[in-house]
Amino acid sequence: MSNSNFESATDGPVVAAAGAATQAAAGGGSEGKKQIRKEQLRVLYTSPGFIVGLLIVGFWVLASLLPGVLTSFDPKEFVEAGPRVKPGGDAWLGTDKNGWDVYTRVIYGARKILTIAPISTALAIVIGTLLGLIMGYYKGWVDEILSRIIEAILSIPIILMAIVVIFTFGRSTTVIIGTIAVLFVPAITRTIRSAAIAESDLDYVMSAKMRGESGFFIVSREILPNVVGLVVVEGTVRLGYAIFTYTTLAFLGLVGGDITDADWGIDVSQNYEQIARDIWWPSIFPAAAIASLVIGVNLVADSIDKAVKS
Amino acid sequence: MTVTEPDMAAAGDPTAKPALSIDGLEMSYIVRGKPRKILRGVTFDVRQGEAYGLVGESGCGKSTTAYAALRYLPSNGVIDAGRVLSGGEELTAMSASQLREFRANQASMVFQDPVQAVNPVLKIGTQVAEAFQVMGQSKSESEASALAALERVRIAAPESVMERYPHQLSGGMLQRVVIAMGLACDPTLLVLDEPTTGLDATVEAEVLDLVRDLRSELNSAILLIAHNLGVIRTMCDRVGVMYAGRIVEEGTVAEVFDNPSHPYTKGLLNSIPRRGLRKTDRELFAIPGSAPPIGADLPYCTYIDRCPISTDLCREQAPPIVQRSDGHWTRCHHADRIGDVPEPQEVTVSYDIGTEQVIGVNGVSKTFRQRGHEVPALVGVDLGFAEGETLGLVGESGSGKSTLAKTMLGVHAPDEGGEITLRGRKMADKATSRIQESVRAISMVFQNPDSALNRAWTVRRILERSVVKLTGVKGAEADKRVEEIAEAMQLSPRHLDMRPRQLSGGLKQRVAIARAFAGDPEVVVCDEPTSALDVSVQAAILNLLAKLQNEQRSSYMFISHDIGVVRYLADRIAVMYLGRIMEIGATQTMFEGVNHPYTEALLSAVPSVDGVTENRIPLTGSIPSPANPPPGCVFHTRCHRAIAGLCEVTVPEMVELSPGHSIKCHLSVEQLQEPIRIDPDAVLAAPALIDEI
Repeated sequence: MSNSNFESATDGPVVAAAGAATQAAAGGGSEGKKQIRKEQLRVLYTSPGFIVGLLIVGFWVLASLLPGVLTSFDPKEFVEAGPRVKPGGDAWLGTDKNGWDVYTRVIYGARKILTIAPISTALAIVIGTLLGLIMGYYKGWVDEILSRIIEAILSIPIILMAIVVIFTFGRSTTVIIGTIAVLFVPAITRTIRSAAIAESDLDYVMSAKMRGESGFFIVSREILPNVVGLVVVEGTVRLGYAIFTYTTLAFLGLVGGDITDADWGIDVSQNYEQIARDIWWPSIFPAAAIASLVIGVNLVADSIDKAVKS
Repeated sequence: MTVTEPDMAAAGDPTAKPALSIDGLEMSYIVRGKPRKILRGVTFDVRQGEAYGLVGESGCGKSTTAYAALRYLPSNGVIDAGRVLSGGEELTAMSASQLREFRANQASMVFQDPVQAVNPVLKIGTQVAEAFQVMGQSKSESEASALAALERVRIAAPESVMERYPHQLSGGMLQRVVIAMGLACDPTLLVLDEPTTGLDATVEAEVLDLVRDLRSELNSAILLIAHNLGVIRTMCDRVGVMYAGRIVEEGTVAEVFDNPSHPYTKGLLNSIPRRGLRKTDRELFAIPGSAPPIGADLPYCTYIDRCPISTDLCREQAPPIVQRSDGHWTRCHHADRIGDVPEPQEVTVSYDIGTEQVIGVNGVSKTFRQRGHEVPALVGVDLGFAEGETLGLVGESGSGKSTLAKTMLGVHAPDEGGEITLRGRKMADKATSRIQESVRAISMVFQNPDSALNRAWTVRRILERSVVKLTGVKGAEADKRVEEIAEAMQLSPRHLDMRPRQLSGGLKQRVAIARAFAGDPEVVVCDEPTSALDVSVQAAILNLLAKLQNEQRSSYMFISHDIGVVRYLADRIAVMYLGRIMEIGATQTMFEGVNHPYTEALLSAVPSVDGVTENRIPLTGSIPSPANPPPGCVFHTRCHRAIAGLCEVTVPEMVELSPGHSIKCHLSVEQLQEPIRIDPDAVLAAPALIDEI
């Protein structure tokens, strides 16, 4: 059996050396994966964008969870300083025309937006991923029909669409969440669909078909795990847009509640006219809050994306 | 275009200033915030008029060197030390504008994939003319120059090619166009990075012929990067063998390939099937281990971990350069002990082939419908697989090899009348409607393991799913079976819990093969299973396939464009053209003599590492569209032996020349044996318009 001797002589070291090689490059096995993770995390932690973004987002998360820690006033409490006081002094971001503290209202305004934006994004991601996978894998008439519906939705201006939906179904929080989700489904579906098409062309899908796997198995077990990364990236991007969309709807007075609620969009809409009279702080500070949250989310999203690709 | 008369005497004259001189070049890539060494001191010269080849396994720094030669660095690439000089000018010290000037007027690069090197929305003429406009020619001048440039790369009817868009040209034709653009500035330095890798063997031969012809009329120095040793052997004057970012051996191609002096070179050469080697003669030599990854810490001999003759000295001192003969050196402590490198052992394994037909392909045709047109991709294919037999399937891309594989595996249903049989019983057409027995009978190993293995799954899950689905065993029994299969593939239990991207290319392909064997198949379809792998890994995979076949008694349908590999492994060979089997016969018979003209052309196209230049029969143009096959014999449009008035009218029948050897041709044995001479100058690449299917 010179054959088997030869095998063991050459292939023994193959495995050992290959292991050593991966260990050096990627660290071999689970250590390799950990090593890569560790290096990616180091890139992430040392990136200034990530730190700044995390601080911003962290601040707003804290504000939405425990607003009492950050301010001692109530959003609808008339502070001693009186109405339309300039920033500085006791009310350090000033007070608005009602005599409410702008800083306190900005802090309390975070809760609603940080509830609605993530929930609606998550909903949109789930629906969009499901549709995208089905369309991308099955193609054919399923894809044709759903594509036309999605194009129809995309062709209607977002705000117009939102107005129609909200006027039809009322202004409850559930409707708002549903509306934002529906608005985002088409874009997510398209992204996932094209990824699913690319995955379906790969040979592992062919191999699954060859061993007689069902379409459900291929989509849910074979393809889905491979588009999860994209889903996460898409989710963080959409979250930024969801914040925008929600504040836009709030500005337009479409989010229900009443106009005295602490809400960045509502506060901007209630106070922006006074900018003409140089009373800029009641509208600019909530607007800045919106901008900072969107920027924070995008910084974090970009840094994660970059670290994963490095 | 004024070509300065090439001073052929300068080629090989060491006193002339080299067209490219790389001196102690060290480079790193920054990956995840850390520099990782890729080049560890590369030094070589390419003289004026010379062709210099770089070979080595993937990851050894060949392409990085090629890019560095023109100072094209990826955004994360850093030069740590060393210089790059061209004609005495130092590229590494040039400013951005000087560098642009240099690249525009003195150097050119031809990339691997011609499709990506051209702009898909511009006409060929516009793009070629642009290369001349960069050099300051006016629009009308540049058009005339473009026409001349296309003529120069042997394109027939250049006027019509100028008016076409890239998608209307074949890969070989496009690569000609890219080369024409590269030659626009009469470069002193031409860098070719794997110029033929993505192309068919016949097209590859065509492009190599062109470059060889052009060399005699150009004064350029050529730096050719290729992983195919045969390509280097037939194209270059000198060769540098690269390993882990360093050149380990350099010399003339004849010296290095016939008299290798570094254990690595020797290992590489032993790992390819040469001189008609068959699996019954001996196993291939697989270099143990794998190449060190970029960034590995290798202060002394880079090859130490895989070297059969290494000693402690190799771990303590950097190996010296040892002169073997004039201009041939090796970087090894033990160059004098090269004879100690063990030669691959002769084996006497008999491969028994059963007589019963296990899987039969009977009269299978497959017609696709595209935009109302019928596209026959397979036409009346008959094949049979006996137990333990390997059938090699060869043919250019587009000949229907993959369609046949997919039809056998039940991805496509064959047309009415055709059938796939398992021990005489017809199988259902589609895999989803086949019974388990039929599904597990045929399995497939794909070309690219990266695509064939689910990235998100662990190796264990990949194998277990196939075991469960194909054999029906579950739980602990399935676990046990997975471990058994993995062991048979020489995968260690450690690998089972890894994901594909943590494995090297060779290990990935082992997993893919393991999956194919999970259901104990009768026939394994291997679709170019080694073409994405390095030669040393290829050797290990081919050995494994041969060993498995002997143990498991399964048959292979082995699809490959590498004739050497097919010859090594296959017992019978079938040649496909335009969805039809043109010739089928025992491997021995196929290589001994009378062949179908198509086979004859295919066999002559292979660049040989042994340096034997044969009379090559060019296959001009591309495969006709299957949607609109030529009348009569489908091959007559490209046949060098076609008989006017017969071949384009009558479809030839399959004729049995000797038992088991049949061809589909009108010509008699005597006619086929007539030697044929082809004047290489008379061969122009006729642009066949690729029909939109």
